[in-house]
Amino acid sequence: MSSTERPGLTGGADPAERAGWGEHPPRMGFFTDTSVCIGCKACEVACKEWNTVPEDGLELTGMSFDNTIGLSASTWRHVAFIEQQAPVGVPALPAVPGQAAGIRGGLSGPAVPGPDGVDGAMRWLMSSDVCKHCTEAGCLDVCPTGALMRTEFGTVVVQDDVCNGCGYCVPACPFGVIGRRADDGGAHKCTLCYDRLGVGMEPACAKACPTDSIQFGPLDELRERARVRVNDLVEAGHPEAQLYLEGADNGIGGAGAFFLLLDEPEVYGLPPDPVVPTRSLPRMWKHAGLAAAGVGAMVLTAFLGSRTDVR
Amino acid sequence: MGVRTWIEGWPVYRQLTGPDKLGLGAAAKSGATSRRQPRVAEADNVVKSVCPYCAVGCGQNVYVQDGKVTQIEGDPDSPVSRGRLCPKGSASLQLTTGDARQYQVLYRRPNGTDWEKLGLDQAMDMIADRVLAARRKGWQWEVDGQRTRRTLGFASLGGATLDNEENYLFKKLFTALGAVQIENQARI
Amino acid sequence: MAEAHPVGFQWVMEAKARGATVIHVDPRFSRTSAMADLHVPIRAGSDIAFLGGIINHVLTEEKYFRDYVLAYTNASTIISEDFADTEDLGGVFSGLDRDHRTYDFDAWRYQAGDVGAAAGRRDRPGSGKGGQNGNGQNGDGQNGDGRRRRVRAAARGEAHGSGGAAAHPSPDTDETLQHPRCVFQILKRHFSRYTPEMVEQICGISPENFRRVYEALTSNSGRDRTTALVYSVGWTQHTVGVQYIRTGAILQTLLGNMGRPGGGILALRGHASIQGSTDIPTLFDLLPGYLPMPHVHGNEDLDTYADAESMDNGFWANVRSYMVSLLKAWWGPAATAENDFCFDYLPRLTGSHGTYETVLAQIAGDCSGYFLLGENPAVGSANGRMQRLGMSKLDWLVVRDFSLIESATWWKDGPEIETGEMRTEDIGTEVFFLPAAAHTEKSGSFTNTQRMLQWHHEAVEPAGDARSDLWFAYHLGRIIREKLAAQSGSVPGSSSPAAGEHPDADEMNRPILDLTWDYPLRGPLREPDAEAVLAEVNGWDGDGKPVSSYTQLKDDGSTASGCWIYCGVYADGVNQAARRKPGGEQNWVANEWGWAWPANRRVLYNRASADPEGKPWSDRKALVWWDPEQGKWAGHDIADFIANRPPSYRPPDGAKGVAAISGTDAFIMQADGKAWLFAPAGLADGPMPAHYEPQESPVQNLLYPKQEHNPVRETLRHPGTPYQPSGDEPGSEVFPYVATTYRLTEHHTAGGMSRWLPYLSELQPEFFCEVSPELAAERGLEHMGWATIISARSAIEARVMVTQRMPSLTVQGKRLHQIGLPYHWGRNGLTTGDAANELAHFSLDPNVHIQEVKALAVDIQPGRRPRGPALLDLIRSYHERAGITDETGTEV
Repeated sequence: MSSTERPGLTGGADPAERAGWGEHPPRMGFFTDTSVCIGCKACEVACKEWNTVPEDGLELTGMSFDNTIGLSASTWRHVAFIEQQAPVGVPALPAVPGQAAGIRGGLSGPAVPGPDGVDGAMRWLMSSDVCKHCTEAGCLDVCPTGALMRTEFGTVVVQDDVCNGCGYCVPACPFGVIGRRADDGGAHKCTLCYDRLGVGMEPACAKACPTDSIQFGPLDELRERARVRVNDLVEAGHPEAQLYLEGADNGIGGAGAFFLLLDEPEVYGLPPDPVVPTRSLPRMWKHAGLAAAGVGAMVLTAFLGSRTDVR
Repeated sequence: MGVRTWIEGWPVYRQLTGPDKLGLGAAAKSGATSRRQPRVAEADNVVKSVCPYCAVGCGQNVYVQDGKVTQIEGDPDSPVSRGRLCPKGSASLQLTTGDARQYQVLYRRPNGTDWEKLGLDQAMDMIADRVLAARRKGWQWEVDGQRTRRTLGFASLGGATLDNEENYLFKKLFTALGAVQIENQARI
Repeated sequence: MAEAHPVGFQWVMEAKARGATVIHVDPRFSRTSAMADLHVPIRAGSDIAFLGGIINHVLTEEKYFRDYVLAYTNASTIISEDFADTEDLGGVFSGLDRDHRTYDFDAWRYQAGDVGAAAGRRDRPGSGKGGQNGNGQNGDGQNGDGRRRRVRAAARGEAHGSGGAAAHPSPDTDETLQHPRCVFQILKRHFSRYTPEMVEQICGISPENFRRVYEALTSNSGRDRTTALVYSVGWTQHTVGVQYIRTGAILQTLLGNMGRPGGGILALRGHASIQGSTDIPTLFDLLPGYLPMPHVHGNEDLDTYADAESMDNGFWANVRSYMVSLLKAWWGPAATAENDFCFDYLPRLTGSHGTYETVLAQIAGDCSGYFLLGENPAVGSANGRMQRLGMSKLDWLVVRDFSLIESATWWKDGPEIETGEMRTEDIGTEVFFLPAAAHTEKSGSFTNTQRMLQWHHEAVEPAGDARSDLWFAYHLGRIIREKLAAQSGSVPGSSSPAAGEHPDADEMNRPILDLTWDYPLRGPLREPDAEAVLAEVNGWDGDGKPVSSYTQLKDDGSTASGCWIYCGVYADGVNQAARRKPGGEQNWVANEWGWAWPANRRVLYNRASADPEGKPWSDRKALVWWDPEQGKWAGHDIADFIANRPPSYRPPDGAKGVAAISGTDAFIMQADGKAWLFAPAGLADGPMPAHYEPQESPVQNLLYPKQEHNPVRETLRHPGTPYQPSGDEPGSEVFPYVATTYRLTEHHTAGGMSRWLPYLSELQPEFFCEVSPELAAERGLEHMGWATIISARSAIEARVMVTQRMPSLTVQGKRLHQIGLPYHWGRNGLTTGDAANELAHFSLDPNVHIQEVKALAVDIQPGRRPRGPALLDLIRSYHERAGITDETGTEV
């Protein structure tokens, strides 16, 4: 249990425990170290192969090499590509010289200072995004059917056989992760390969990742590793290196998937200060929750109870 | 890494996380979720293989169930790849079992405007006849008075995606037929 | 490397984490650059100038590893007085025959006291039945001799995949390296004008970046440190491609980085078994194990062949044993000493029969049948239109693939149908499409880029009509043999048929009827047993037991082996390629995973990792070493040396073959045991690399103004593949930009294994070109708009990606723009687009006959290309503007 995670009444903010899992494995998650991501997209393909996620559209976006655009019902891993011309710590590039009329088009006019030969003139950031498996998960909070479930690993999954496609979960996610698929109408997102975890296998994306940019393991271990890594990078002259969602002091109470970034989160298309929209809802929902019948309601009550106390 | 537990580790882990010990957490878990097993765990056997794309030679584990390939993943034992695969290697299942594969011999007759279906045996017989005809058509006992004992009548291109054993048989067969224009991607 | 070999790149990342410096030299900023400590943009086609500049720095600043250079290279060897350098002859070497566009190696030979021994035996034409003069001297201009040289040039380039060419084994030397004609001094003079200023002018690389590169290289080479060079087809696909690699080899040899851990020159090959298809070659000029195919000149019988192809010293002295064993593997009992082991059954070469010559032969009607076995030349080969023109002239075409690739369907939907150049109804080619089995559906071995064979096991049987190529090859051979046997009334394998359908038929058919072709068949599909084939490749001794080493092979017909360098892969009757001892349970060399040729050695020439006395140059960089107590070489890897030969061994006078390898001859496959800084033979285009501009370049050759191009490049001629003016020729300004082709991570070569897959297609769903903002401004190109890229061959359209990743450079004082073209696309599949290779020409490297698609001169205009006949009008208008004739670009 990380010391940064807020303790709850029922033995800490271990989300699995709060979700009523008694003896359970440690909370598992992803640490995505974008500083070693080579943008190969093996994670995207390995995820789709394992989870039989359908193809998500053939569109050339022009957003560098990102033709996946973002996470969705049919894209559970998404590699962002950010081309930077003037990265942190490097002097801005000279402006691109305009067209100079010349006799021979390609060799137009005299030499002008250009981007070539300038050290660090170009930086290409790549980052594999994924569901954050939030400690306070908006999708889980708002799901009226019990389709969304907190697993014994502390992850959040959609159960296809329960989901009725109401779509409440979609706007509840501060990251835009979960979506509904047109063909089956159901909501879908990363399961952190729940089925594989159950038999001791790591998620398909982490297994495929050629450079270990995607690391899977007990969250505590990953956080420890990440802190060492970010310190190393800062010491090596990358003051911009930072951990994103590593702690619990954020609007989602901590995440099961966190990141080492080489720039501000918004550069990667990640919200700098995500807040679970259901933060103010628990007290209102407590009564509604009590009205619900069955075992599912008991779980929900325990969950919301702990969260209420935190506040 | 420690969490990359291999298959032999499954039963122990399964027991540790087994249904008997799930407790309260099981309440939200649907029947289907409870019954769901990863398809690799149900595989009849795991066949050792090698990625068919580039020449790095990443190890692959091919999972087979009921006579069908159900999953292809990196082989963690491989000192080359350590279980990892790139997007192409990761797409090997779709490559080998996807909708794009053709399973029917097709034939386009001379000046024809479309494909026709053809039986494999008949195709093989027709191709053998054509090889012999082309071989004779392009046969050269001599060139400029020097013995060549060869044919320029037919050529082949391909081999870099084939197995060594396949290249060996092609080279042996075509050379014995007198062909010299035997080439592959290594030239390109 | 991150781009096209991502999983291999994990080891670069690991090295980087341990402090290695990663430098990426490439025209574009790729996914590899993103991970590199330094990206150095370079003008495509100028690498020899760049690497030559580093060599010049290393030599003049004395940064080479002197002990290594003296012990293991030919730096001290004295070259014959006949040799003249590019510096003396205006950009060409001595020995150039301008009429035949070849060099005579004799002009580059070693000086030796016993001059009569000439340049070694290999490559010297025999004096057999043909009665040719066996001593081809400098350009005597006789037709026979000229043709002989052409033949030699055509088919020798690749015959050194397992060792060097011939040279005198004990030439004169000067250990002080002061003799004006010693290799060291020649090299120094040759590269003396490759200055940082020249590098800046030619390559567009700033002096500061250049300095950072050579400082990183030299400070990370030597006793305690090593540097590796990694290349792919960015170096090979040029008219001087082999010399690009030679330049890297010279640099690495000077720095002492060959044969050592963390060193070397690593070719990252792009297909699962492209190394295997070179070792067991489906290549016109080679037999298995890099034995040259016999030629008409002189090599008329086995003796003259063995005499001409073998060397006095080292393992190439045993060519006859390798050849006889191959003949025994192929023709079994029919191959006897009396009939020269059926040597006459081998067809003879008369020149280059490479894939581009084959296309011309198809167009000319000489070649009327064509097998495509997992290849898609309509997309993957240079000048797709020529490829399709060739196929349209065939009687028949067999395509074996997974899906209906462009090379299978061009007759109904190819670009020429659209332009009206071809009409489906007029095309007489009969086309057979046969679905191929996948790697999961057959057993066999791939040889990866490290020369390592790995076995893949059949998981399931192929469905429908899909079959393995093993099945196809075997059963095609079986049917052909049955048909021929029926004609002649004989049984295959038992020879001596009765009267055939043609006077010569019996003689013509004997090689195929006598062929050993009896592999065990398995299962309902009657799949040949791949392991039985591997066993034949490995070979067996006189008792029928699998051999474990090529040293067991004999030249008397008692042994058989289908590929001598693969001897040992089936040692003890065990499929060594199928070994899978987990990497984690072995040392870092992991010799017990798969099997690498030769003799399961993982690092070639690793004797050089130890000093002449047999001790590692440093503890940090220990790989193999001499163990005096055990009296043999020990180490982490298997020594690439004679296991029990001590460092102190010196061959007795007159020693031949393996006995002539001294205890310090680390480069054991070389005739003189040395790494060659200067190649006295074996290369068609010079003993040292010289910078030549690509066939089509927007700039002049600054280093050799009188010699724009490689003088002996192979320029195939056909109206369908005209060349453009280059350098300062009038008309070259019509094609002012440099285009270069490459791969993307998400696709595979010509697309047959990626463009049909939804999961890969969605990641890169459309053909695009990459241009700099400067070029976009100059030509009015809009990001994500359309552009048309035009060469003298064709015009293609692509979506425009404007990006700083494709930087413009300053070359010879002017801005030069480059255009990046991923070449994966064609008209079929889920993601479609024009094929970049449509733009390319048929000018080839003279050693290996590879096309130049890494540096083309083109024009680019905004908007989509014209449709129909208007496309041809556009190309014609460019011909007129540039003044292109049949002769353009074909000068020496």
